[in-house]
Amino acid sequence: MNRLTPNYSLDLSGQVALVTGASSGLGRRFAQILAASGARLALAARRVDRLQALAEEIRAAGGKAAEIPLDVTDADQLAAAVDQAERTLGVVTILVNNAGAPDAQYATKMPVELIDQVISTNVRAPFILAREVARRLITHGLPGRIVNISSMLAYDYSHAGGSLYSITKATVVRMTEVLAVEWARYNINVNAIAPGAFHSEMMDAMIERTGEFRQRFPRQRMGRSEQLDGTLLHLVSPSSDFVTGTVVKVDDCQHPR
Amino acid sequence: MRIWPAPQFSIDLTGQTALVTGAAAGLGRRFAQVLVAAGARVAIAADRNDPVEPLVEEIERAGGRATAIRLDPTDAEQLISSIGQAEQTLGPVTILINNASIATAAAAIDMQVELLDTALATNLRAPYILSCEFARRLIYARLPGRVVNVASMAAYHCDDSGVSVYSMTCAGLIRMTETLAVEWAKFNINVNAIVPGFFRSGMMEVAFEHGPRLPDRFSRRRVGEPEQLDSSLLYLVSPSSSFVTGTCIKVDDAQLPR
Repeated sequence: MNRLTPNYSLDLSGQVALVTGASSGLGRRFAQILAASGARLALAARRVDRLQALAEEIRAAGGKAAEIPLDVTDADQLAAAVDQAERTLGVVTILVNNAGAPDAQYATKMPVELIDQVISTNVRAPFILAREVARRLITHGLPGRIVNISSMLAYDYSHAGGSLYSITKATVVRMTEVLAVEWARYNINVNAIAPGAFHSEMMDAMIERTGEFRQRFPRQRMGRSEQLDGTLLHLVSPSSDFVTGTVVKVDDCQHPR
Repeated sequence: MRIWPAPQFSIDLTGQTALVTGAAAGLGRRFAQVLVAAGARVAIAADRNDPVEPLVEEIERAGGRATAIRLDPTDAEQLISSIGQAEQTLGPVTILINNASIATAAAAIDMQVELLDTALATNLRAPYILSCEFARRLIYARLPGRVVNVASMAAYHCDDSGVSVYSMTCAGLIRMTETLAVEWAKFNINVNAIVPGFFRSGMMEVAFEHGPRLPDRFSRRRVGEPEQLDSSLLYLVSPSSSFVTGTCIKVDDAQLPR
């Protein structure tokens, strides 16, 4: 008698993934993991030299990748980026809204330019990108997956100097839920990952300024980007078609509940 | 293509023992089968009205290891001893799936106190007592472990169909997931929940039975099949998910509003 086979495929061949903020940190790892699972990768960020290096790595491993220079605060560039990805690799079926901007400043000291930059990068850009991707999927009658990168700071704000980051990441949580409802009928799943403190360029720069804080955590450790692999793969897996409108906290209980 | 870099993701549960409650049928049965397929030994717990021997035999015929555990969820002594019983036959229990629950269908003002007591005992007290005994043994043995609680979207969304107590206890189970995750983080015991919507043979289908055309109310016009929970279960028990704790995963196809 045969054993039952779990319904869990991690095969993304034939799919095209667009990852923003792919030049470093978590975004770079997300792109690598999606490429390793068979997806063709559209790598978006401002730093083109870094994108080129990553695209070459992926191609050298036998994958397909295209670099897309993108300043996410520019709405025209957002739509153009999705078009460029489609022209080069095919219709985008997976979007990872990873690019984010920190504020690291007291609310009273935030210049309006910084306020605009944080809102524009963390909320406006992922919303517009999600729309651009969804519109094309709906036109083609294709299912898709959107993964937004929120943060545990959406839920827990205990150290002053990051209010707008926390506000915008909470907005991403709600955006995930409302777009999941709105696009359920088109088979476009929208989910989010809310990571705790992970090593990344942004985080390591903060530790430089503030000193280590991992001793405050119950397991006294920071996350490494590869500890998000399973969460990303769960959300984009063809077997997770019932998973939409959910936000997955991945923080090792660094934060209270 | 060459796998590069290898994604850090394994669903190999070889050497682990899982205890699944409410495993005689429905989602619990599927969870037990999936865990066996991933290499775990599985204690199949169910109360005496639900025959589990056929499932145990089926698993063993396929080369897996399983044992049947008779468990009355309202009996604290049985709950506590069930973990030891599973350990004796299959080794230390490192995965606990709190799946058993009962749906209540009665208006709050009409509900019999007996039904209220059974629902509170089965849906809240039993998973709490089981989790504590599970954790106590792991902490003593210095072993890491995983608890997966199976709640329901009824925790967040209740219509006027007499589901008040079911909805309340599911919300309690979700909060239990969060508080125990915090308390046991330092012991490397991860506590998470799956929050299903309407699944065939899930509790919610019973709780919200409004006639044969239930799926027509949903965006995708469908209820879930048990295998559509496989990926979420395997993700939460995966050895690679050590950073995932205190999280509750809604799996409802956006059947319900947010």
